[in-house]
Amino acid sequence: MSNFNEDTVRRHTIAILVDNEAGVLARVIGLFSGRGYNIESLTVAEVDPREQLSRITIVTSGTPMVIEQIKAQLRRLVPVHKVSDLTVEGPSVSRELALVKVSSIGEKRVESLRIADIFRARVVDSTNESFVFEIVGATEKLDAFVNLMEPLGLVDVSRTGVAAIARGPNPI
Amino acid sequence: MVQEAMTGAEIVLKALVDQGVEVIFGYPGGAVLPLYDELFKQNKLRHVLVRHEQAALHAAEGYARSTGKVGCVLVTSGPGATNAVTGLLDAMCDSVPLVCLCGQVPTHLIGNDAFQEADTTGITRPCTKHNYLVKDVNKLARVVHEAFYVARTGRPGPVVIDLPKDVLVTRGEYVGPAKVKHKSYKPQVKADPKLVEQMAEMLSQAKRPIFYIGGGVVNSGPAASQLLTQFIHTTGYPCTQTLMGLGAFPGSDPQSLGMVGMHGTYESNMAMHGSDLMICIGARFDDRVTGRLNAFAPNSKKIHVDIDPSSINKNVAVDLAVIGDVAHVLEDLTKIWKAKQYRADEKALKVWWAQIEQWRAKDCLRFVQSNKVIKPQHAIKRIYELTRGHDTYFTTEVGQHQMWAAQFLKFEEPNRWMTSGGLGTMGYGLPAAMGVQLAHPDSLVIDISGEASVQMNIQELSTLCQYQLPVKIFILNNQYMGMVRQWQELLHGGRYSQSYSEALPDFVKLADAYGAVGFRVDQVGDLDGAIEEMIKLKRTVIVDCRVDSSENCFPMIPSGAAHNEMLLGPSDEADKPVSEDGMVLV
Repeated sequence: MSNFNEDTVRRHTIAILVDNEAGVLARVIGLFSGRGYNIESLTVAEVDPREQLSRITIVTSGTPMVIEQIKAQLRRLVPVHKVSDLTVEGPSVSRELALVKVSSIGEKRVESLRIADIFRARVVDSTNESFVFEIVGATEKLDAFVNLMEPLGLVDVSRTGVAAIARGPNPI
Repeated sequence: MVQEAMTGAEIVLKALVDQGVEVIFGYPGGAVLPLYDELFKQNKLRHVLVRHEQAALHAAEGYARSTGKVGCVLVTSGPGATNAVTGLLDAMCDSVPLVCLCGQVPTHLIGNDAFQEADTTGITRPCTKHNYLVKDVNKLARVVHEAFYVARTGRPGPVVIDLPKDVLVTRGEYVGPAKVKHKSYKPQVKADPKLVEQMAEMLSQAKRPIFYIGGGVVNSGPAASQLLTQFIHTTGYPCTQTLMGLGAFPGSDPQSLGMVGMHGTYESNMAMHGSDLMICIGARFDDRVTGRLNAFAPNSKKIHVDIDPSSINKNVAVDLAVIGDVAHVLEDLTKIWKAKQYRADEKALKVWWAQIEQWRAKDCLRFVQSNKVIKPQHAIKRIYELTRGHDTYFTTEVGQHQMWAAQFLKFEEPNRWMTSGGLGTMGYGLPAAMGVQLAHPDSLVIDISGEASVQMNIQELSTLCQYQLPVKIFILNNQYMGMVRQWQELLHGGRYSQSYSEALPDFVKLADAYGAVGFRVDQVGDLDGAIEEMIKLKRTVIVDCRVDSSENCFPMIPSGAAHNEMLLGPSDEADKPVSEDGMVLV
């Protein structure tokens, strides 16, 4: 197949619906590390308590052949219900949340607050010499915000990793 | 309906019996004592006591591969489970259906570094198709049934069930195996009919076709082999087999080109290289088969039929992927071929076969016969010829002897050939033969072996003698780890680092010590007599056959080379030195 001969490495966001049982995350992560695929971001949480299903969102990158292989290997795991490549299966929305701690006083402190305002980041903790901002958005937006905070006293960042979902009325 | 509550151990045994298990290979220990106590009280299940857990796994593999049933194993926690790991991965690589029950420390001690505790589900996760840790006795029966279902369906594989000791003694509810409906695990058996139609059309247009078939055909069951053989006969196309696929198509059929790959035949590899259509059925484009990937069958369109979607486009991008069970696909394909009245292109096929016959005429498996020393190839050839007409099963260890066996034994039907392909596990053949013999008590079971491999599970001689299993262990003794020596000769300037088998035991005395029969043969003239004697004896036999210690296995695709760059014999080596890229490959 012609597209498999492509060597271009692309980033893909893959959503996986799995049984929420012991060891299932280890199966997925073990598959990635064992076969040498890389994980750029990973999030997981239960999404259907009645059916006991969890949703894992993985951002990974590879050539078309590698991405195909990743999806096939994921589908081979017994507790995996569904694998969906949000990057190729139509439009999707993806969001990430970050908590960003900035420690500074004076002009820098004021400037950090001003930028936070522009990015629609919220202050969730404050002392005389620090803020913790909460920011939600696409990965690139969070990257930009963190970069701007760097000279303003950035001391700590905690990011959730990407959560993503397809646009339109249909479920995964 | 209220059922009388049973203990976990009772539940496990009842579930095994309900799953049709007749033989279980195992080794007791603290964590599985409740199960062994139940085994003691019943007589439906036969327990075979091995001498090392690894052997229990290989024995179960031999049992499974020669019968098509699921092999069953019982080991204890900690070292019992870790000793099982090699066998589990071996079964994983070769798609052998197994269920391995492992003891575990009681649930309240898990994670406490308790005595004989191991994180069994953690350790075995990458070497099983699936594994379970059962913490609730009421889920136990369901898990056992599900484990058998997962092991034998789809692409078969090993499944581990980790059983904490407290779960085995707690009382709970039993449920029968009535259809296990799995929520997420649903292997695709029936292929998309449109794709099969496309496949038929491509087949009818081929000028230089080749069937490349593997272990998936064997796993699909004897019907798959029959359907495939009929279809290949209908088309008149040539067929090559992988190491795991030997017997899936009759080895002595004129349309069979023999084995493909690193030590496959010249005609197979050249035909693969020169083909314009490759039909891969139940094989996986393994590196032993393809050689250098960027030179692999450069001008062929490729069709891949496999039950496992992850095998598709993994190593080689194909033009048409048909996902489904081989037998089902072939049934549909045969119907379409007939309905559409497709015909092979006779004219093109005639030219193709003429070319193949030229390659065949090279007689790539020839070797220089000697009357001074027994050539290993000659020994295997004679075993093949003298066992024809017998109801024979072969197992092997891993190395030169394995490749010679694959080259010189011909299998007319599937399930007759048990070898460690994917993992290449030395020490596989002896215990595997044990499992085969248990499944087929009246058949002739021969382990073709080397003096190095056989020592890796030699302790199982004790098991063979205990159960009076008349397995024949034929050691091609060249006093070297032959394949290691061959690579050292080819790649490392003949520096035979640690590959000489020093301080070998006297295998005749060793056989005697265990209560088996042993004899030695080192004269060409005595070979036939020794083989006949071995076949005749209804006891465990070791034949220590002293063979030419410097013989190398040819033909050979050196690592990093392509199919059309095969070495045909020793004189070829000098002309085609191994590339630097090839040096780092295994």
